[in-house]
Amino acid sequence: MNPVQIASRIPLDDYAAVIGAGELEELRALAKPLHGRSVEMVNSTAVGGGVAEILNRFVPLSEELGLRIRWDVMTGGEDFFAVTKAFHNALHGEPYHPDPRDFDVFRAYTDLNLRRLSLDSEFVVIHDPQPAGLIAARKNSSAHWIWRCHIDLSHPDPAVWDFLEPFVSKYDGAIFSSPEFARQLSIPQYLFHPAIDPLSEKNRELPPEFIADVLSRYQIDPLRPILTQISRFDRLKDPVGVIRAYRIVKRYFDCQLVLAGGSASDDPEGAEVLKEVQHAAAGDPDIKVLELPAWAPLEVNALQRASTIVIQKSLREGFGLTVSEALWKKKPVVASAVGGIPTQVIHKHTGLLAHSVEGTAYQIRFLLSHPEIAARLGERGHAHVKENFLITQKLKRYLTLFLTLAGNSGG
Amino acid sequence: MELDGTRFEFFTVAYLTRIGNLSAGTLAELLAGLEQCSDASIFHHTFQTLSSHHFLTEGFSNDFAQWVLADANRDALAEQLAALDIRDYPSIAALREDLCRVVRAFCEEHPEFARQSALERFYFCESVEVTVPFGFAAANLDEFRDGISRLSHASFFFNFISSRLRLHLRTNDFSHWLANGLGLMPLADNINRIDIYTNTLDSARAKLLRLLDRERRKHEPSADR
Repeated sequence: MNPVQIASRIPLDDYAAVIGAGELEELRALAKPLHGRSVEMVNSTAVGGGVAEILNRFVPLSEELGLRIRWDVMTGGEDFFAVTKAFHNALHGEPYHPDPRDFDVFRAYTDLNLRRLSLDSEFVVIHDPQPAGLIAARKNSSAHWIWRCHIDLSHPDPAVWDFLEPFVSKYDGAIFSSPEFARQLSIPQYLFHPAIDPLSEKNRELPPEFIADVLSRYQIDPLRPILTQISRFDRLKDPVGVIRAYRIVKRYFDCQLVLAGGSASDDPEGAEVLKEVQHAAAGDPDIKVLELPAWAPLEVNALQRASTIVIQKSLREGFGLTVSEALWKKKPVVASAVGGIPTQVIHKHTGLLAHSVEGTAYQIRFLLSHPEIAARLGERGHAHVKENFLITQKLKRYLTLFLTLAGNSGG
Repeated sequence: MELDGTRFEFFTVAYLTRIGNLSAGTLAELLAGLEQCSDASIFHHTFQTLSSHHFLTEGFSNDFAQWVLADANRDALAEQLAALDIRDYPSIAALREDLCRVVRAFCEEHPEFARQSALERFYFCESVEVTVPFGFAAANLDEFRDGISRLSHASFFFNFISSRLRLHLRTNDFSHWLANGLGLMPLADNINRIDIYTNTLDSARAKLLRLLDRERRKHEPSADR
């Protein structure tokens, strides 16, 4: 069984220009007691999805800090992923009537992967419900096992949670992205905010010519205010609500609206929502509905950097990391107070929160009328992300957790 | 210049946030939580949160005040909670007492607001602190300045603000060492007066380094002659 091979080394020193030499020196000091210790990350996919995206950067950076880290992916057939997709939705609170055979499929693939994965590292981090059953490999070893849950477990379907909970309670701890996503568990629960990588294609600085080229390609006028929401075409992101807010703002400001999301061609519901959005936008050339390719980080980056205001008007949200992406680019953000957004947008400090279409429109009008306040919010938002939501902070949290589990805090 | 004294050893500090089992949806529940939660929880929502939001110098003070403002919509109570200066508290017990006193007084005065539901719940968390030796120590002002300039925000805050809880004094690690290790009492006092609420950690550190530089200049050979 081969671990995931990461294409290239990522020099940790590159981050000194972003976070400062002192912060980097401290990361190395924290990592020193862990030099040569083994870490294994396990998830269910090597490509696509936020977890794979972050592990692609996290693993090489951990190697730079002297950890012996590997990333393994569990395998499964279509039947397994159909079951775990249903589990995923059920854990998010959607109604579900599991067939007992679903649990058998889950157990069978867990057994298969228990035979193929080594799972013998000192620290084993299991991501999300799909591989949660691998805790069976722990037996009586002294290894430290952590379950990293990236989804909102606040209102899970009881049948699925009752099945998973016995696995989860055998771990040494669980990590959640927000306190409200956690459950009452007998094991310690930790809060790790998701993080962005400031040097990735989605977030790094871009030449102005590239940004201008992207605007020109999509016929966006760089001289008029640009309001942007980047999100997949999903009703929970309320793209039609964004259009309604834009129409209110348009009465006062000659602005444009960009709604950009990944391709909806392989997602029946996404395609339906895209049609609704196109219908709502019909007849207004200042609304650009952009169906971007599945992986278009540079275009997303350019659209965010070109924006006057970034909107995230979700009705429900996980953490909503696109907010941190915008704040990192010093953009004023107007967003809904749902999920993990208020952690990123501290109202009136790092952005503005709203609770309705009208509220969203008002906050946008306010910022367009007060560019100096918008700029200040953007600056503070950038500082907030730098302090709390960068991948280097995530590294620091994992190092701190490993030190705590290994019991050698205090040197 | 050589100033003799005990060495100042630099540490790096990092925090894990542990999610607790308490939460509050009303001011009355916030008060109950404040009375019951662990010391590590009070520390997390006051000291630790000030550190991680140090760049906000206009009114952001602690998580309790922010929640009361943004979710419970009680501006006057939020202002009272924000006005509590953590530097005045050499113990978590004393800080908890004042937090409870302020919220209790408000709830007694406005019972109609005490049970009103907030927009979002407040979740009590705890800080787990890990310290690791940084690998360098200072024996004189030059080395001390170099060490301070290399600290991360979290470690600077650990020595400058949360040290009060360790020392049980209204001072900080830096001033304590300057006064007791090097006998530089006026410098120690000046450093202790730097306002952490109206400065970011970067600007507070810049002020501290300027004070150290001024002191170092006093002891340069030309100044001795």
